[in-house]
Amino acid sequence: MDHINYIKEQFDQLQTAEAGSQLQAFRSKAFDTFNQLGVPTARNEEWRYTRIAPLFNNGFQLQENNLVLADVVTHRMPGHEKANELFFVNGRYSADLSKIISPSLQLALLEDALQGEHKELINTHLGHSAVYLRDGINALNNALVQGAVFIHVAKSAQVEHPVYIYNVTDGRNENVLSQPRSLFYLGVNAQLQIAETFITIGTQDSFTNKIMELVVEEDARLEYYIIQNDNAQSNLVSTTHIRHIGKSFSHGVTISLNGGIVRNNLNIVLEKAYCEAHLYGLYFQQGNSHIDNHTVVDNVSPNCYSNELYKGMMDGSSTGVFNGKIFVRQPAQKTNAFQSNKNVLLSNDASVNTKPQLEIFADDVKCSHGCTIGRLDEEGLFYLQSRGISEKVAKAMLLQSFVGDIVDKINIPAIRTHVEDLIAERLEYKVD
Amino acid sequence: MKTELEINPTNTQIELDPSLEEVVSGEYKYGFTTNIEADEAPKGLNENIIRFISAKKNEPEWMLEWRLKAYQQWLKMKEPNWGNLQYPPIDFQDIIYYSAPKQKITIDSLDDIDPELKRTFDKLGISLDEQKRLSGVAVDAVIDSVSIATTFKKELAEQGIIFCSISEAIQEHPELVRQYLSSVVPVTDNYFTALNSAVFTDGSFCYIPKGVRCPMELSTYFRINAENTGQFERTLIVAEAGSYVSYLEGCTAPIRDENQLHAAVVEIVALDDAEVKYSTVQNWYPGDKDGKGGIYNFVTKRGICKGNNSKISWTQVETGSAITWKYPSVILKGDNSVGEFYSVAVTNNYQQADTGTKMMHIGKNTKSRIVSKGISAGFSQNSYRGLVQVAKQASNARNFSQCDSMLLGDKCGAHTFPYIEVKNSTAQVEHEATTSKIGEDQLFYCNQRGIDTETAVALIINGFAKEVMNQLPMEFAVEAQKLLAISLEGSVG
Amino acid sequence: MLSIQNLHANIDGKEILRGINLDVKPGEIHAIMGPNGAGKSTLASVLAGRADYEVTEGSVTFWGKDLLALAPEERAGEGLFLSFQYPVEIPGLSTTNFIKSAVNEVRKYRGQDALDAVSFLKLMKEKMALMNMDQVLLSRSLNEGFSGGEKKRNEIFQMAMLEPKLAILDETDSGLDIDAIRIVANGVNKLRNSENAVLAITHYQRLLDYIVPDFVHVLYQGRIVKSGTKELAYELEEKGYDFIKNEINIEEQV
Repeated sequence: MDHINYIKEQFDQLQTAEAGSQLQAFRSKAFDTFNQLGVPTARNEEWRYTRIAPLFNNGFQLQENNLVLADVVTHRMPGHEKANELFFVNGRYSADLSKIISPSLQLALLEDALQGEHKELINTHLGHSAVYLRDGINALNNALVQGAVFIHVAKSAQVEHPVYIYNVTDGRNENVLSQPRSLFYLGVNAQLQIAETFITIGTQDSFTNKIMELVVEEDARLEYYIIQNDNAQSNLVSTTHIRHIGKSFSHGVTISLNGGIVRNNLNIVLEKAYCEAHLYGLYFQQGNSHIDNHTVVDNVSPNCYSNELYKGMMDGSSTGVFNGKIFVRQPAQKTNAFQSNKNVLLSNDASVNTKPQLEIFADDVKCSHGCTIGRLDEEGLFYLQSRGISEKVAKAMLLQSFVGDIVDKINIPAIRTHVEDLIAERLEYKVD
Repeated sequence: MKTELEINPTNTQIELDPSLEEVVSGEYKYGFTTNIEADEAPKGLNENIIRFISAKKNEPEWMLEWRLKAYQQWLKMKEPNWGNLQYPPIDFQDIIYYSAPKQKITIDSLDDIDPELKRTFDKLGISLDEQKRLSGVAVDAVIDSVSIATTFKKELAEQGIIFCSISEAIQEHPELVRQYLSSVVPVTDNYFTALNSAVFTDGSFCYIPKGVRCPMELSTYFRINAENTGQFERTLIVAEAGSYVSYLEGCTAPIRDENQLHAAVVEIVALDDAEVKYSTVQNWYPGDKDGKGGIYNFVTKRGICKGNNSKISWTQVETGSAITWKYPSVILKGDNSVGEFYSVAVTNNYQQADTGTKMMHIGKNTKSRIVSKGISAGFSQNSYRGLVQVAKQASNARNFSQCDSMLLGDKCGAHTFPYIEVKNSTAQVEHEATTSKIGEDQLFYCNQRGIDTETAVALIINGFAKEVMNQLPMEFAVEAQKLLAISLEGSVG
Repeated sequence: MLSIQNLHANIDGKEILRGINLDVKPGEIHAIMGPNGAGKSTLASVLAGRADYEVTEGSVTFWGKDLLALAPEERAGEGLFLSFQYPVEIPGLSTTNFIKSAVNEVRKYRGQDALDAVSFLKLMKEKMALMNMDQVLLSRSLNEGFSGGEKKRNEIFQMAMLEPKLAILDETDSGLDIDAIRIVANGVNKLRNSENAVLAITHYQRLLDYIVPDFVHVLYQGRIVKSGTKELAYELEEKGYDFIKNEINIEEQV
């Protein structure tokens, strides 16, 4: 059975099984979009350099949660003792594995939340990422949404413990398609830190198609950290969509160290005046891995500030893509938007495609972008070597210094140390 | 054998309304039409039209076949739609593909030129006579579909330089044309190159022999005059090893309510150690204040640095056209070759421009430099679209790109789409872009020193565009500066 | 030459100038002092014709003409020069080119022929010598990357080139060290004669050691509350602006 038919079958089964669900219409609409657009091919400008359509010949299956804590315990991130932990297994929220320790954090399955007091809120914001990502892959998650959660952070709640999110796929027996789905709402003046990671257990191929949508209210402050260090059989489209619906602040770091084909969509929509967003990214790839960071910063209202810095180091036969878009809409006067993408090619077989894009419709703005692609600074390497440092260590030191300013932006100490360790391990060198 | 079309061509007279000319002279000063009898093909495109064009030009059989083949391929292609442009569909059957001033002109005797035609050139600031000889620019003038006159042929021929219309080259130098035509831009490169290959009517041909440094600027002026006419010119420049040439191109058209199509192809071949500098001041009629009329300028320009140490440099000042779709490119095939692109694109009212360049690094130690300055005013949209590609074998490639945008008013848009694809780790690629505006503060400062707003805008714009203007030959630079000021008249304040 | 009567001006609906009266005659130097937010820079801006300010009441005549009816460039043509507190940077536009345009535009306004390249260069050389101006500075983009002192010196150089009748110096001393102030003030003094006048706006008395005023006015809450000779400047420096504030408050209470 080809994937189109499989998905249709799954869709029909889901809709029948959950007849009367509040999500029926939402899924139906998305399913029509999926049918119309299909899995994106290179002909779609947004997917020009990242080809996921052939992956769908692998016959990915949707699977129920079949893991117990013992299966995942070694994959927990440092600091988990003092963190709220949410597990999505094969794309569905697992209440058994998860734990919530912060009382100001309200979590419910999306279906249940749609019966409750936040119904209007959910209906307004669920699926908003589709406005920016008009493709079949976004529609696919929407069409088959199940086991999704809604997380509500109360007004003025300063959530003390970060939220760790584990997207786990069980690839021990079958090729699995996981579609984790969550919607976060940060109330007025609330504060929240999120750290998210992706884990494939086993050696089968996996395809994770995650959508996380976040709504940030007036004076709220969001920090999010995305750590990707999965195996080479795991493929991922990770969509993180942030709506600043009041004057608010967000700060995020995306670290991509390993995987098969990885595509990150990060959308920041600055809907109210005086919003501020910081986006950082680091990709350090090897082997045949492919990393694609697509970011959108949409300045809808005046006086917003955004600063974006992505750095890449490409080794082996890896390929890197950076596509950063900054939109400045006509009312968004006095926007300050900066974007920079710096790449180092470490191997003759690695390649980088970058497309920093500015689209500006307001005249009183300050926008700039820059990108560089080059080799490791040879003069610097020579300088270190001339002081008696071996080439390998010298290289590692230079690369550490290249990525240092990105890693430093992770404000959860345990996660920052974790990332530093992962990089040190890759470089086989650690700065004392 | 004569075709029926040829025996019975349509004649058209174009009336000039003197009051209209006065009204528009401050805005688009090249908007006059010339009262010249034209020899035209009927509207539309089919094989017969292509046979007609080919027969009109007395072309050899191979040329006709080449055109027909291109036409067949064009029929199978789709019009591109990826640009950041919006325009109603073009009816390719509503275009006249051939229009020539009826009067035959023998090229060496300029005195015999129709006085109307001569006045046209005077208005354009091109004189084909002695005066221009003194300034040392050789001119090929193309009206609608055919080349009218080429100056300085004899002087150039003494050095072995061939500078003539492409039609003439097909007759006189078929071996060169056959060798190089479509060697840089394949017929099927895109929709408009296929169309151009099928119906091109004239253009310039330029050949610089080995080791010759062309002693003067070569220049072509293109003008669309007749109504409903498309202009499809074809330019081919071949610079043999060790040669140098600087080539200038200027374009104007009369004011008309309907849109006219200009789909040109320019090819440049630079062999070992050769250098070609190609400068364009494009001022096709941009349409009126409400976006009515204007030229659709869909142009494919590409050069190949075929030899080692060769260099191709594009400089363009784009102020005209309702829609511009144009990416002068360089294929850096030879080792140590250099490609440059300097561009100023100004859009005002409802103009749309999607322009930029492609630098394809293939040889070793190749270098490219891109400087693009976009100025948007009114309701216009101005996009930079560029590709820098470093192939796997292209070791030590270097590129630097600078793309700056300036916005005048808050109804226009500036867009930057740089594509950078690097497959070699020794490459060094840098891209920078900024967006700014002409601030109230800057204008007030100038006003306080006694400079009125219009002059202040012109000063600031010329400062913004200086890096590109500096690349233009002197006599062009002055004209181009004036053009910038005229194009932006009334857009600030 | 300049007569300001009961001038009121707003910005964003907020009244900043609340009835200024001032007369300046040829050959005079007037200093306007006052605490931050008193309206000093607003006064300079209104006189030069900055668009953000709205004059709600009063009149300003300059050599008998209604100054407020003129565009900023016409005011410049009439001989009014404002030395900006924050001179504007224009990347890509060379200083020489800018000044040449300004000189010729002003000449045009006055019905004089434009200077040709040779005469302009001659004039520039002459003024450069007068001002100790560095050639390198003039070939750079207008004010771009100039130090604070260089910017202010460039302002005074432009003043020399345009030969205004009234020069308004808006905090020309702010941010400058004492050497730089001396250089700028020297320039101003060399340009003085019996035909022109200076309106020096400053927060501190130290500039007035070098540009010695005939009159000192204290601007407070949008009005000139006290006028005197240069001794007033010393008094202010010594006692601070608080003593003025106290005086005013006492008056208001009475």
